[in-house]
Amino acid sequence: MTITDMTALQLAEAIRSGQTTAVEAAEAMLASIEAKEKKYNCYVTVDAQGALAQAKDVQARIEAGELTGALAGVPVAIKDNMCTAGLLTTCSSRILHNFVPAYTAEAVLNLQKAGAVILGKTNMDEFAMGSTTETSAYGVTRNPWNAEHVPGGSSGGSAAAVAAGECSCALGSDTGGSIRQPASYCGTVGMKPTYGTVSRYGLIAYGSSLDQIGPLARDVADCAALLTVIASHDEKDSTSIAREDTDFTAALRDDVKGMRIGIPNDYFGDGLDGEVKDAVLAAAKALEKKGAIVEHFDLSLVEYAIPAYYTIAAAEASSNLERFDGIKYGYRTKEYAGLHNMYKKSRSEGFGAEVKRRIMLGSFVLSSGYYDAYYLKALRVKALIKQAFDDAFAKYDVILGPVAPTTAPRLGESLADPIKMYLGDIYTIAVNLAGLPAISLPCGRDRKGLPIGLQLIGDCFQEKKLIQAAYTYEQARGAFPTPAEEVA
Amino acid sequence: MAREYETVIGLEVHVELATKTKIFCGCSTAFGAEPNTQTCPVCTGMPGSLPVLNRQVLEYAIAVGLATDCEITRHAKFDRKNYFYPDNPQNYQISQLYLPICRNGGVEIETAEGGAKRVGIHEIHMEEDAGKLIHDEWADCSLVDYNRSGVPLIEIVSEPDMRSAEEVIAYLEKLRLIIQYLGASDCKLQEGSMRADVNLSVREAGAEKFGTRTEMKNLNSFKAISRAIEGETERQIDLLESGEKVIQETRRWDDVKGESYAMRSKEDAQDYRYFPDPDLVPVVVSDEMLEEIRAKQPEFRTEKMKRYREEFGIPDYDIEIITASKHMADLFEAATAICGQPKKVSNWLMGETLRLMKEREVEVEDLRFSPENLAKLIALTDAGTINSSVAKEVFEAMFGENADPEKYVEEHGLKNVSDEGALQKTVEEVIAANPQSVADYRNGKEKAIGFLVGQTMKAMKGKADPAAVNRMLKELL
Repeated sequence: MTITDMTALQLAEAIRSGQTTAVEAAEAMLASIEAKEKKYNCYVTVDAQGALAQAKDVQARIEAGELTGALAGVPVAIKDNMCTAGLLTTCSSRILHNFVPAYTAEAVLNLQKAGAVILGKTNMDEFAMGSTTETSAYGVTRNPWNAEHVPGGSSGGSAAAVAAGECSCALGSDTGGSIRQPASYCGTVGMKPTYGTVSRYGLIAYGSSLDQIGPLARDVADCAALLTVIASHDEKDSTSIAREDTDFTAALRDDVKGMRIGIPNDYFGDGLDGEVKDAVLAAAKALEKKGAIVEHFDLSLVEYAIPAYYTIAAAEASSNLERFDGIKYGYRTKEYAGLHNMYKKSRSEGFGAEVKRRIMLGSFVLSSGYYDAYYLKALRVKALIKQAFDDAFAKYDVILGPVAPTTAPRLGESLADPIKMYLGDIYTIAVNLAGLPAISLPCGRDRKGLPIGLQLIGDCFQEKKLIQAAYTYEQARGAFPTPAEEVA
Repeated sequence: MAREYETVIGLEVHVELATKTKIFCGCSTAFGAEPNTQTCPVCTGMPGSLPVLNRQVLEYAIAVGLATDCEITRHAKFDRKNYFYPDNPQNYQISQLYLPICRNGGVEIETAEGGAKRVGIHEIHMEEDAGKLIHDEWADCSLVDYNRSGVPLIEIVSEPDMRSAEEVIAYLEKLRLIIQYLGASDCKLQEGSMRADVNLSVREAGAEKFGTRTEMKNLNSFKAISRAIEGETERQIDLLESGEKVIQETRRWDDVKGESYAMRSKEDAQDYRYFPDPDLVPVVVSDEMLEEIRAKQPEFRTEKMKRYREEFGIPDYDIEIITASKHMADLFEAATAICGQPKKVSNWLMGETLRLMKEREVEVEDLRFSPENLAKLIALTDAGTINSSVAKEVFEAMFGENADPEKYVEEHGLKNVSDEGALQKTVEEVIAANPQSVADYRNGKEKAIGFLVGQTMKAMKGKADPAAVNRMLKELL
């Protein structure tokens, strides 16, 4: 097996046992990037020199017995909204076209401490606003299963890089489905942890109360290993939670006997593609066969999640993105007359259309006279949705459903109709509103050969149940092909 | 025409808290460092940085709230106030709007008539200070220093309960004293660690409704506040008398010109789009925390005055003045603890200290001499090592640069001449040189001896104990 075909855990084992080295692993990945980037454009920045230097250092420390972690020596990719000291961090926006952070995000530091080698920064929807990676200022990323289709978003670069073999695994961030949906479109495994599990320090905020960093990987075991490394209690993030149960690899058990799985009828209504529906229900059957107790139920309130989400996320974003003003860092317009003109021109030229749309929406819902009607009401809906999930988790260990209504759309289809694009988030955003963990993993392909994703949602802090159920399903399903094997 | 008007005043007072580090990061709050040397990703608004509340800020805010009879909000929150300005690195200020830490308090002030009056406190909230803009006229550009960005503030918002400049000053002095006693801030108006914005309106006496108010900014001293209140009252009455309307606006006081000008009207007021800061968790004040802070509250002025009366036997007038400043009270107590002579310590504070403060325009917080040195000075006079006029000279040196009185006396050769022989020789010379005064004294003019003492002291260059000179003169005459 070549390096680019291995899972992250297999590669780490090969490095540990001396079959290969961290340097060879980095070189193989860089060669793969070199060969495929023209076609897929997964990265905004590839740090070849930096990666090789890290790999050399890591290899020495592995040999010295200092680095013994499960991911030591593994080449990884980081979504371009996480700060990396000395390495360009753009959020795929023109406004940060020249921004080189002075510090590194806590989650990335955790990876580096564990001996992972950072290959570069992956493409995304600008400031994580979008579901296709088409709103990037640095070109669209293409789906490795079919280059005419989008990889999903906003962590589309990370998902596509994992699928295309341009990294062993990657970090993404999920505000309304931005890890799970691209994972689904690209046939990879992605997980959004419980809010507060991974530090947000150094993650350039979109919707602060919803944002969470998480892993994108080839399989459930890699996903669990990566989450184990990045989860930490961080005093620099007031919303970070001290958890003791963060060895998620302990949950990699092929067993769902007696596990109660609920299927919300609300997730199988109009708008769900027939092939997606069939594949997801077949996955439920497979788990039932393995001994799970599967039931259908009404979750309710699902239709309110989208307006509540876009109100809250846009409100927070409108404030979070105020700091990009051309004064301290980033893009500043060439000519201006006075301070306010500089603000206006820098921001008009620096932000793309989708970001501006959400800033305007967010500013509107927070403005005096509308705050109660929109923002406060959205917060109340959020509380009700959390309550609905609490009720569901009183009966079920895991909720099972689709990730997205369809498989990956063709390039250009979604941006033409933003409302339709927003509606595509229907199955993922309630999870963020309620702060829950959820995992997305492949459960089939449609007749065009595009991957279909299965979503498992757990109660707060119940990642292990999700990993156990996902791992069990993965064993039942068997190996999922890679695009390289399928798309010649 | 002689309509009577009433002035209605409410205050917004910002106080910079005396914490070592900033409100949301670990950077130092020390004043006067090189620009942008006390900054980090958090207080410069770098992407991805996050705020974490400094617990000391919360404790100070609660302590001030308890001392001003406020209700403490047990589940408080921080909100973002959004506005674009370069001194504000995130372009939002983290403050409190919806659930401030303290509410519904008040303090008692003394009115001009000598009665007591309660000035209500609507709320106290915590917030971060902004950076400082420096306009470089020469290079035609503006620079930002973020050292002050994130320095903790509390804003104390009063009810519109004050009716005159005197009441405003009494309220501010009361607040300042409480906060200084708590050690929560030094409250220096000139240096900006205490800033007051004055909301003022006038109405006809007896009217129920408030008039339209203006907000006055840039008031850097009690004097400026008084002048601005008088000026603004007059301006508003003039407007009303001439049939015009007062416009709701923010005005800036120019203390040099003694007048104010409009900064921005209500129409230009920005919509700050306040909303709860999602990066900070709600502030939950537990019973334990509240009790802990309550237990740590210091002895405030009223209790201190009572104790001084019982413990030290000094005049009420002295007590009044000494306890009017935490710094002065601390000086008094420390010096008394060393020398055990409260009356003498008090005399130095009431006499020379106040005189020199007035003469040299020194604020009480800026007094530099240590209680140890004051105690030493008292010991030197008690021992007769120096006389009282020399002691005053030594004290001036202490007042200026906290000179050590023992060293100062030594270095300047100010010790009394204790050599009886030398003294007797001088006295004999003075008697011989002033036969008229000697005759006067012998003829029963007691006063004449004073002149002879003076002449002797002069001849001794002041380095003699006047009592000893007096005694010796009487003996020899």
